[in-house]
Amino acid sequence: MDFDKEYFNLGFLDTLSYKDTVIHRLDPRTKVIATFALIITVVSFPKYEITGLIPFFLFPAMIFSLGDIPVWFILKKVMVVSVFAVFIGIFNPLFDTHVRLDLFGIPVSGGWVSFFSILMKFFLTMCSALLLISTTSFPGICHALQKLRIPEIFISQLLFLYRYIFVLVEETLRMVRARDLRSFGKKGRGISIFVNLIGTLFIRTIERADRIYHAMLSRGFSGTIYYVKRDRLRKADFVCLFLTGMVLILFRTYDLVSFIGKQTERIF
Amino acid sequence: MSHHIIDFKDVVFQYPDGTKALKGVSFRITHGESVGIVGANGAGKSTLLLQVNGYLLPSSGLISIGDLELTKKTRQEIRRKVGVVFQNPDDQLFMPTVYDDVAFGPLNLGMSTEKVTDRVNFALQTIGCLDLASKPPHHLSGGQKRAVSIATVLAMEPDILAMDEPSSNLDPKSRRDLIGLLNEFKHTKIIASHDLDFILEVCERCLVIKNGLIVADGTVSEILTNQSLLEENNLELPLSLQKNRMR
Repeated sequence: MDFDKEYFNLGFLDTLSYKDTVIHRLDPRTKVIATFALIITVVSFPKYEITGLIPFFLFPAMIFSLGDIPVWFILKKVMVVSVFAVFIGIFNPLFDTHVRLDLFGIPVSGGWVSFFSILMKFFLTMCSALLLISTTSFPGICHALQKLRIPEIFISQLLFLYRYIFVLVEETLRMVRARDLRSFGKKGRGISIFVNLIGTLFIRTIERADRIYHAMLSRGFSGTIYYVKRDRLRKADFVCLFLTGMVLILFRTYDLVSFIGKQTERIF
Repeated sequence: MSHHIIDFKDVVFQYPDGTKALKGVSFRITHGESVGIVGANGAGKSTLLLQVNGYLLPSSGLISIGDLELTKKTRQEIRRKVGVVFQNPDDQLFMPTVYDDVAFGPLNLGMSTEKVTDRVNFALQTIGCLDLASKPPHHLSGGQKRAVSIATVLAMEPDILAMDEPSSNLDPKSRRDLIGLLNEFKHTKIIASHDLDFILEVCERCLVIKNGLIVADGTVSEILTNQSLLEENNLELPLSLQKNRMR
């Protein structure tokens, strides 16, 4: 069943983030900052850039191998969302028709170049975001954001979301199963039943929220959620941040791929 | 030691929709006692537990915990003394990791980081789940969730432990572990349950509640052997006391 499958996917992503590798052991703050820096750098390239973006693929490649993350799993996720990027760029080839470069004798219009550039940027940013959540536990990311001065209320929201998404999805799963087991063929799968299902789920959620709030009050909750500090930035984190920064600047300022291309051209 | 006493005097409670859940309940539980509350579905067991830590305030009547009378003002103080473990661990465990959850109560009491760390480690050690500290609750088994729920309350070092259906959804081994765990605690305990064998092993005294009234109050051996009383309340003899049940 589709619903079950999606749920196990979510669970798998979560399980990945609790592995123990070099990447997983880095402080969440390091990873959040590095990912953010990478995304900003990639997005800052001009719209016809292609060669300059190529070296950045080294980042996801490195994390895939060091973090022991299954490549296909992440790529499939990126594919699913890629529809949005395609829609953003799909009209470029129609509007921007002047020839910008010559590929082995075939003239390529500026529209195609910028379309391709959008796809590359999309792939890089999506990939790094997904890699961040598959190499860092969700609570870890939230604590990192908290230390980077993101307002408390967003952090609590995210943490509760993470805590209860699994509970809620399981509850929905049970309801969907109960419906499917008693609906033979098409009857019982109609929209009206679906609406009822959502309604019931909504009411159950409110009741649960009430019970959770009660549990919080019973343990002295009075408006603010406190956390115990942990995670110290270690030497490895500073080294990693420094190297990432340097490499990003290098890749951003020098078009390495063109440079290597020109050098090889000169030799032969 | 007068401060571990629960005293109910003519407690009446009516829900906003008009349902009278408690119709004048009086009892007194003294220091170190462990008391089971049994009764049919809807008899008022859970409502009674919600009164003990002041989540619901009685419509009339008097509740005192130790020397404190339960009012809106003393609620916070009373919640410190009475730890409640709810029926569904998914409601009880709302923080992203086990450690954060156990630390939640002590942090709210305004303790220093070192003290909180001590308390959390101690509570997790008591229930034998120290190695689960960094796990998120959805990676735990049902028995582990229940144990951690108890740790979240233990970390606050309450005088009184109140539990709603602690043995529900547990496999026999986890249930057995829980019985062992509870029998080690010297707290005043108040346990609402349908699992009469559980009550038999953990409690010394038993209250039977029916339609919002207490209909029997006595030692466990007295009440849980009284077949007619139990059957009047949709209950039955504890399985361990039923004879010839294999035939």
